[in-house]
Amino acid sequence: MIQQNNIILAANNLVKTYTQNTGRFGLSSNKINALDDVSIALIAGSTLAVVGESGSGKSTLARCLLQLQSFDSGEVIFEGCNLAKLDKNALRAKRQHLQMVFQDPFASLNPRMKIGEIVGEGLLIHGLGSESEQKDQVLQMLKRVGLSADDLQKYPHQFSGGQRQRIGIARALVLKPKVVVCDEPVSALDVSVQAQILLLLKELQQEMRLSYVFISHDLRVVRHIADDIVVMNAGKIVEQGSIKAVYNAPQQPYTQQLLSAIPGRKAA
Amino acid sequence: MTEILNISNLSVTPKNATNRLLVSDVSLTLSAGKTTCIVGESGSGKSLTALSVMGLLSSQLQSQGNINFLGQELTKLDNKTLQRIRGAKIGMIFQEPMTSLNPVLTVGYQIGESLTAHLGLKSAALKDKIAALLTQVGIPPARADSYPDELSGGQRQRVMIAMAIACEPLLLIADEPTTALDMTVQAQILKLLNELKTRMNMAMLFITHDFGVVADIADDVIVMFRGEIVETGTRDAVLNNPQHPYTKALLACVPDIEGKKALKPIDYAWLKNGLEFDKVAA
Repeated sequence: MIQQNNIILAANNLVKTYTQNTGRFGLSSNKINALDDVSIALIAGSTLAVVGESGSGKSTLARCLLQLQSFDSGEVIFEGCNLAKLDKNALRAKRQHLQMVFQDPFASLNPRMKIGEIVGEGLLIHGLGSESEQKDQVLQMLKRVGLSADDLQKYPHQFSGGQRQRIGIARALVLKPKVVVCDEPVSALDVSVQAQILLLLKELQQEMRLSYVFISHDLRVVRHIADDIVVMNAGKIVEQGSIKAVYNAPQQPYTQQLLSAIPGRKAA
Repeated sequence: MTEILNISNLSVTPKNATNRLLVSDVSLTLSAGKTTCIVGESGSGKSLTALSVMGLLSSQLQSQGNINFLGQELTKLDNKTLQRIRGAKIGMIFQEPMTSLNPVLTVGYQIGESLTAHLGLKSAALKDKIAALLTQVGIPPARADSYPDELSGGQRQRVMIAMAIACEPLLLIADEPTTALDMTVQAQILKLLNELKTRMNMAMLFITHDFGVVADIADDVIVMFRGEIVETGTRDAVLNNPQHPYTKALLACVPDIEGKKALKPIDYAWLKNGLEFDKVAA
C-alpha cells in the first residue's frame, strides 16, 4: 500500500459541474459533470499520468489541482494542507511549490514580455532573492533548459515551438517547485522535439526531485514518462494503477479500447 | 498496377526568394489501390507537395517540375480546367474539419455542391446520392440537415471524407486528416479511409507526422526532411529497416508502447555530418 506520508499532492472526491446552454438560442441548459467524484494521489518524486480523450475532464482536473478553477465539492491536499481553505496570500506562498507547464507554448507566453522577464516574473512576485540573485537564477535556469544568455532580451515570437516549451519549463522550475502539473506539454511538438522535451523533463525530475502530474492523450508518451496512471472518461476515473499493470493487463473495457487505438500498435 | 499520379522534379520556392527551396526536386509515383504516406516534421515540405498537386499553393509561392495525372500535365492547365479535375477526379481532406466546413450551410448541402458542379445531379437523385454517401461514411442519412456545429469532430471529418469521395475520385489526398482527433476516433477514421480506398481502388496520398499512423495505413512510405525526399520504400522496409540516417534518427524519437526503448532525440550536428557522408557515399 502507498504510505500516506509519501503523498505530496492528493485530490479527494472532486466534483465539478458545468452548465451548458444548448439549443439554437441557448435557452435550454444541460448539466455536464466535468469531474465526478475524482480522487488521485501523487507520490513524492514520481510521475502520475492522467489520460483520457477530449471532454474526459483531465484538463479540468489539472486546473482544479492548482486552484485555477473552483470546484463544487471535494478537496485538494498539498503537503498536508487543504488549498481551498487558504487565504489569498497563503495560497500564493504555496503556489511557489506547485507550478504548471501549459500545452500551447504559443498561447501561454506573453508576447510583449522579454524571455528574461517571463522567466523572472515568478521570482519577483514571490520576492525570492535580490535583483542580482534573481537575474542569476533566471540565467542559470535558461541555460539548464538549453537556452543562452542572448535569449534573455528576446521575445517569444523569436523562438520555435520546442524552444518556447523550454521557456515554459524554465518559467515553472525557476521557483524550485515540488510539484509540476504538465498539461499536454509535448502534444503540440514534432516527434524529435517531443523526445528532447521528455528527456529534459526526466532529467530535471531527478535533479530537482520533482513530482509530476502529467496530463496527456498520448499513450506512447505516457508509457515512457509515468510511473502511475489514471484513466478518465466523461469526468470519471475508469481505472488507475501502476503503468506496468494497466498497460499489461487493462481491466476495464474503456482502457482496453484506448490501448488498442494506439496507432501502429499491431505493426510495432 | 495502374499509375495514377507521377510527380517529377517538383520544387517549390517563394516567389521573391527563388533560391530558397521549400520543396526540392521531389519525384514520386502513386498507383491505384495503394496508400503512400509522406512523413516528416514541420517544415519538411510534405504539405506543400500535396498542395502543389492540387494547384492550391499560396500566391506567394511558385512551383517547378512536372505533375502528371493520368497522362495529363496538371501544371500546364488553366484554372478552369483544373477546377473540373479538383473535387471530381482528385479529392482532398484537410486537417481541421471545422475550419474546412462552412458553418452556415447544412452538411448535406456541402456534400451536394460538388455532385451538382461535377456530375450535374439535382433534386431527388442528388438527395439519394447524399444519403448514400453519408451511409458510406457511417453517418445516419438524416444528418444531412445538420449544421457542422451539431456534429462531433469525428463526424465532421466523416463529412469531409464524404465530400472528398462524392465524385468517386481516382486520387485522394489526405493532409493530416486525423491529427486533430481523439485516438479512438482516429482509429475509426483510418479504418474507414482504408476500406474506401480498397473498395473504390483509389490511389491515396496520406500526409502525416505520426509513424504510428504510417504503420496502420501505408503501403509505401516517403520520408521528407527539409524539403527533400531522404528515403522511400515499402512500409515494412522503412519502419523495420530504415537506411537513411535521418529516418533512423526520427524513428528513435518515437516512444514505443512497451516503454523499453530509451528515447534518443535527433542530434542535428551529427545528422548533418551523416547526411554529407551519405552524399559522398552515394
